[in-house]
Amino acid sequence: MPEQLLFAMEVTLNGLMAGVLYALVALGFVLIFKASGIFNFAQGVMALFAAMTLVGIMDGQVPFAHLINATFGTDIHHFGWHVPALLAIILTTGVMVLLAIGVQKFVMGHLVNQEPIILFMATIGLAYFLEGLSDLMWGSEIKKLDVGLPQGINETIDQVTYDLFGYGFFIDNLDIVATVIAALLVVALVLFAQYTKQGRAMRAVADDHQAALSVGISLNFIWVLVWSLAGFVALVAGIMWGTKSGVQFSLSLIALKALPVLMLGGFTSIPGAIVGGLIIGVGEKLFEFLLGPALGGATENWFAYVLALIFLLFRPQGLFGEKIIERV
Amino acid sequence: MTLKLTTLALGAALAAGPALADLVFPSLDYRTGPYAANGIPVADAYADYFTMLNARDGGIGGVMTRVLPCETAYNTEKGVECYEATKSEGALVYQPYSTGITYQLIPKATADDIPIHSMGYGRTSAANGKVFSHVFNYPANYWDGASVAVKYMLNEEGGSLEGKKIALIYHNSAFGKEPIRTLEELSKKHGFELSLLPVDHPGQEQKSQWLQIRRDKPDYVVMWGWGVMNQVAIQEAANIRFPMDKFIGVWWSGSENDVLPVGENADGYKALALTAPGDEFGVYEDLKKYVYDEGKAAGNGDQMGTVLYNRGLYAAMLAAEAARTAQEIHGTADITSGMMRDGMEALEITEERLAELGFANFAPGFKVTCENHGGNGMGAVQQWDASAQKWTLITDFIESDSDVIQPLIAEDSAAYAAENNIEEGCN
Repeated sequence: MPEQLLFAMEVTLNGLMAGVLYALVALGFVLIFKASGIFNFAQGVMALFAAMTLVGIMDGQVPFAHLINATFGTDIHHFGWHVPALLAIILTTGVMVLLAIGVQKFVMGHLVNQEPIILFMATIGLAYFLEGLSDLMWGSEIKKLDVGLPQGINETIDQVTYDLFGYGFFIDNLDIVATVIAALLVVALVLFAQYTKQGRAMRAVADDHQAALSVGISLNFIWVLVWSLAGFVALVAGIMWGTKSGVQFSLSLIALKALPVLMLGGFTSIPGAIVGGLIIGVGEKLFEFLLGPALGGATENWFAYVLALIFLLFRPQGLFGEKIIERV
Repeated sequence: MTLKLTTLALGAALAAGPALADLVFPSLDYRTGPYAANGIPVADAYADYFTMLNARDGGIGGVMTRVLPCETAYNTEKGVECYEATKSEGALVYQPYSTGITYQLIPKATADDIPIHSMGYGRTSAANGKVFSHVFNYPANYWDGASVAVKYMLNEEGGSLEGKKIALIYHNSAFGKEPIRTLEELSKKHGFELSLLPVDHPGQEQKSQWLQIRRDKPDYVVMWGWGVMNQVAIQEAANIRFPMDKFIGVWWSGSENDVLPVGENADGYKALALTAPGDEFGVYEDLKKYVYDEGKAAGNGDQMGTVLYNRGLYAAMLAAEAARTAQEIHGTADITSGMMRDGMEALEITEERLAELGFANFAPGFKVTCENHGGNGMGAVQQWDASAQKWTLITDFIESDSDVIQPLIAEDSAAYAAENNIEEGCN
């Protein structure tokens, strides 16, 4: 097999894996947009906040230690214990639920019936608030996140492809784990939405707020539920990206990777987020591989948006988005 | 000795004279935003050093110093706002800690007669003081860094890089592109093949670049990265099993923040250094006595001896020494920013002076002149030991290849001079 074709296959596989990681971030956006029509600008910062909280809990870090020490002249930083990863994930999920309740009670609850742009602006404010809160609670230093996920080249794939083609493919173990987790997450979300009472209520709210209210569904509860789910998805994305790069402020910028995925897949479709992520992942990697060298490289960021825009020309609602028909 | 006597004389004269305003050193900090983890130790060190001078020596030449912090979040617009907001408070010198902010401030500060010190960053050709009268980038600039890295590789390869492949993975920005021209010239001179791999900001996704490195199998990878790009690159290098001892970062890709998140996999990674790492220097005894133990530290005291804290200390020491030189030149302790500029241009850091200040073996000495605002252009190579969690210098300080760099500086600064109608010359 020609060498270039082998390289292209390797790039395609890695693109698929990268796409899954983008889709993980996009999922959080979709959940909130679908249920409440809010484009949550704070989704990336929620991933940062969740990951920082997870590391803080695992390391037994005292929250707001710098503030406490500066105010009271103390010198406390750690509780002196380490929390196992699984327990820390559960506790962090609890924190994200509390955050969802806080967001609903103090922000969104006051903005019912406001224009979508007002709600969007509120999430921008929320993003800045969470950025500051994360630093204040856990400090600005870069933290290592190790929840036991494997990293590095997958030996089996390397060996098998070497035996087959004479060239071993590189696939990162972390990307494989991320793919499995993303698949499980999507299945769980779909099952939850289809077969549980709360899931059906969530779908009802997504379809028509007023009709849902008229049959006794609590909007407050559903929105807390949706923000909690988005918080959990943010935690999963934060774990995956944080394991790759360390937990630091830049985690909040992963939202930039989700935007073209959302444009392409549609803002209201969970499968759309996954398929959109895969198309963007493969598209940008293959483009970089084939044309990047001729164009000076670093094409991935802009190409993802160009690809999304091309799709939008033919399907303005995205691949799986709901077609909005408004009669005049 | 002469310097000490002058300082004493100045101090005595001042004690009898009227009260003087503080010597103001603005500090364009970034304690928030994507690069906060790197900005905090630098800002802490800058503040701590001046706190120590005030407590130990009563300031500089008998005048107390005042650090004027302003938060930029590493944002160029905010950096310019900080400059405008603080310059009227008697600012003596600006250290922007950002190439973007430096570029914006060069014309402004020159017009306002305030010097800029961009230590190891900023516009490289500012080393030509005949064009950039108010910009100083001693002790070394990016082109020096590129040359030092190549010299180190030459040494590793027994004096020849003929036929070797070197890949540059760089932040796709003005900062990251700085070394390209120099490396291209050096590749012609030494016969190595250079490949360029840009990474878009912020650099969290680098799979394409590292797959290419895996395919091309370069002999060395040089990195011009900053922030999250560094951690991801080191992790990806480990993932593809690229030998860490063949991976060399610039001095902005070689702090504890860049390697600790990667854990054991970062072992053996190398980076250029402007100063020695660690806290085994005399200055730390005084910092402990006058600052940390007195509860006056700017941070929480956990950054002592880190690469970036030491860089902040070095910058503060060089600023203080330039102020001292300015006081001597002009015979007054109450210096202006214009006098500070003169002090920077006449700055001479000798090994003896470094030892007096508690910086023995911390960095090499150098001398600044009007023709050369760039200092000695020297850098060392340090290596990360993941098990001991410490950086260690593995070379002496290496001189850059001035035969290649000087013509580039002359060419670039001449172009700037022509664009801005600047007549080259020294006062």
